[in-house]
Amino acid sequence: MCVAVPARVKEVLGTQAEVEIGGVARRVSIQFTPEAKIDDYLLIHAGFSIHRIDDDEAKEMLKLLANMEGDGL
Amino acid sequence: MKYLDEFRRPEQIAALLQEIRRITRRPLRFMEVCGTHTMAIARWGLKRLLPEEIELVSGPGCPVCVTANPDIDRAIALADIPEAIIATFGDLMRVPGSLSSLNGQRARGRDIRVVYSPLDALSLAEEFPKNKVIFIAVGFETTAPTLAATIKEAYVRGLANFFALSLHKTVPPALATLLDLGEIKLDGFILPGHVSAVIGSKPYEFIPKDHGLGCVITGFEPADILQAILLLVSQANALAPRVEIQYRRGVNPAGNRIAREIMAEVFAPAPGLWRGLGMIPESGLELRDRWASFDGGRTFPVELPQAKESPGCRCGEVLRGLISPRECPLYGRLCTPEEPHGPCMVSTEGSCAAAWKEEI
Repeated sequence: MCVAVPARVKEVLGTQAEVEIGGVARRVSIQFTPEAKIDDYLLIHAGFSIHRIDDDEAKEMLKLLANMEGDGL
Repeated sequence: MKYLDEFRRPEQIAALLQEIRRITRRPLRFMEVCGTHTMAIARWGLKRLLPEEIELVSGPGCPVCVTANPDIDRAIALADIPEAIIATFGDLMRVPGSLSSLNGQRARGRDIRVVYSPLDALSLAEEFPKNKVIFIAVGFETTAPTLAATIKEAYVRGLANFFALSLHKTVPPALATLLDLGEIKLDGFILPGHVSAVIGSKPYEFIPKDHGLGCVITGFEPADILQAILLLVSQANALAPRVEIQYRRGVNPAGNRIAREIMAEVFAPAPGLWRGLGMIPESGLELRDRWASFDGGRTFPVELPQAKESPGCRCGEVLRGLISPRECPLYGRLCTPEEPHGPCMVSTEGSCAAAWKEEI
């Protein structure tokens, strides 16, 4: 029920945006994330963006995991 | 897909599992309280991969499952209103109420539509101005702001034939009730990522403070869930419970202020009836008086049947984490995804449906 999928912003249209989810285009509301801009990734739930994904944090986690893999080998 | 596949790599999973095995010193039981986590744990077979000291149990995290029969009955009864079009998320269709289900109503010729967003229900109201479109709204804090925004939009568009039955619920009061009941011994919570994207981390602070339990706000990919378990084991080892955010790419500590403000503008906290947990004060969300003309519950009083449960169904205990789905005598015999008796088997993210998925 609380599934939200990452979607890339293709175009911002006021309080809405045209986004791409796994190759499929969709119109969503961005009124909860007005900071959204082109090429941002948003978490989309029930037709609304609820969060702009923090790419730095994603990279940070991947780095941490890569270090953990390195230690294990 | 970006932000999904990168967190599903077998090498990461192996490294995380190795680290969890290395630091686990005693049996620990963690509860997830989000149906999407329940599903992900089943999908990736994480229970079988974890060391046997780590036990994962599901709590009241599936919105459809925790919706109590009197509320399901109300949704079913609303379908009998002349000219009504009922719009709802798909999972609710097959949930049995006391006498019927929304699917049953559809078979009797009532107009019931599955929508993906409350905005789709709004479009139906625009498309069918002579009908009364009633959106049956279930969900937690992730979903509630989307209905709040939709109701405001209905007001702006002047749509007098759009209504909502808000069965929305909020997660922290349910966790407080579960902990106060004291029926189950836990060592920490895997907290919902997308509920927390809205409410942030603060509403959970009573859990480490008053109950001494660790909490990790968690993402939904296998590496997220395993990293959260690693953090929970570390917190338990250090006897230093706190609310940590594992899912940092998806959650700000302060949550989403705009979504919360719209929610607060439209809804007021109200008593909420939970399957398995009963009536919990301030755990429901009702429309404020200003928006009463959109309130399907207040606009259309209906007669409800005497609420009764499916005989033998133990969903209530499953939702409190007291029994595993396999301990219910109906599970796999009289209750299967094809012929479900209780909502935990009906909903794709119910614990019983997830347990079934693990077996096939």
